[in-house]
Amino acid sequence: MRKYSIFALAREAMRQHKGWEEQWGSPEPKSSYDVIIIGAGGHGLGTAYYLAKEHGIRNIAVLEKSWLGGGNTGRNTTVIRSNYLYDESAGLYNHALNMWDNLSQDINYNVMYSARGVMMVAHNVHDVQVLKRHVHANRLNGVQNEWLSPQEAKEFCPPLNISKSCRYPIMGAALQRKGGTARHDAVAWGYARAASDLGVDIIQNCEVTGIRRAADGSVAGVETGKGFIGAKKVGVVAAGNTSHIMQMADVRMPLESFPLQALVSEPLKPIFPCVVMSNSVHTYISQSDKGELVIGAGTDQYTSYAPNGSLHITNHNLEAICELFPIFSRVKMMRTWAGTVDVTPDRSPILAKTPVKGLYVNCGWGTGGFKATPGSAHVFAHTIANDAPHKINEFFTLERFKTGRLVDESAAAAVAH
Amino acid sequence: MLYIRCPYCEEYRPEIEFRHAGEAHIVRPTNMAEISADEMEEFLFIRENKRGIIFERWRHIHGCGRFFNCVRDAVTDQIIMTYKSGEPKPSDAEIEKAILALKEEQA
Repeated sequence: MRKYSIFALAREAMRQHKGWEEQWGSPEPKSSYDVIIIGAGGHGLGTAYYLAKEHGIRNIAVLEKSWLGGGNTGRNTTVIRSNYLYDESAGLYNHALNMWDNLSQDINYNVMYSARGVMMVAHNVHDVQVLKRHVHANRLNGVQNEWLSPQEAKEFCPPLNISKSCRYPIMGAALQRKGGTARHDAVAWGYARAASDLGVDIIQNCEVTGIRRAADGSVAGVETGKGFIGAKKVGVVAAGNTSHIMQMADVRMPLESFPLQALVSEPLKPIFPCVVMSNSVHTYISQSDKGELVIGAGTDQYTSYAPNGSLHITNHNLEAICELFPIFSRVKMMRTWAGTVDVTPDRSPILAKTPVKGLYVNCGWGTGGFKATPGSAHVFAHTIANDAPHKINEFFTLERFKTGRLVDESAAAAVAH
Repeated sequence: MLYIRCPYCEEYRPEIEFRHAGEAHIVRPTNMAEISADEMEEFLFIRENKRGIIFERWRHIHGCGRFFNCVRDAVTDQIIMTYKSGEPKPSDAEIEKAILALKEEQA
């Protein structure tokens, strides 16, 4: 792999950019691999990368039913933060947040991580109490978070409407300065390129149709559109399709898949300096480097694998935007879309071994998996390589729904789901 | 937006009148104190989440207020039929028939 650098750019500029190589290979599948990862999104590609880089396992395939990074990695609103309430979550999400710092250098790919700050606004006494509780809990866990008055919030984000006369006036805000955004596609492409360079086979347009088991019940490989591929270990990182894949190995999951919509506006000059989230009026917004306002809210109410969702969700979302930022009331929206998100009962992910030997699962990231991509991939690679969880993800088991030891961010998460 | 027929009101109404209420035909155990952790997990948390024909509950919250069941294709979002709570789960044959009827209606 030729390293990307200012010198590479200068060199290519001198010869009409004719020397750029393909970023990753498109090999035909081998007959078997040490590890197969199902799902070439950020989490899956990252897992393959860390397996190759940190655990010395190079004989890996990442199988993708459509195109690389075309699922929730390419559909999310790129918000990065780690201000979750519980110790277990703080450990996992902060591990990821710290990895964003050097990710671009590590994979030699500019993921455009921008620590522009994530601000969660409070509109009522309950919000104030909940967000302050988060600030305190976070600080005890070494997670950066601070409380702002409405005036301080306005200084940090000038378009914010802090008028006392609006319907849901802002009473304060919790700010995580290290939160921000990154370029979602670049995360998938960067991991793909770095993994491919370490010998990982990325096989697109290769849908898994079955999981074959050996006589002792352990995983023997996967049936795919390109035939059977043997594997000693299989990691399922299939987001909304996880229940469907796990069913092939007779594992029933505590998951439901919902459409989650997002939308972007026409491109504007730089006007919005940070990420603002509101649980009560239920919306969040940031501005991409292309200038589009990137807007999202909660999932649709019904489970579905159709990435569409209903229009009234978008409508409600934009009402909230106009409430918080009257300045945007006449901005035109350019595109809307949806992804299929897999939601667990406690709104915390599952990063774990399964009852089937050699089968591992990384799922349940629900509406907020992008932020955790590097950390999730890192500890999941550890889990697969050692057949045992990393200290950071040991709580995020599949068995917790049996034992009752939930990581209950559904009640505690800093954002409505 | 889904367009849902309430089997009590016998009318098609837009989705905003309804509240989704999760997977249908999950029976609450009557001997809650005696069941195993496995059974409790199955009842509380494990869901079919099928990529295909699903059975789900809805509540006509801005209408008659009653719960009913619905058969929907979770890949296309097409609603195949709705039926009252307590009525038996439609068989595969009944669902096939309903799908055929829908196709004829559209053609």
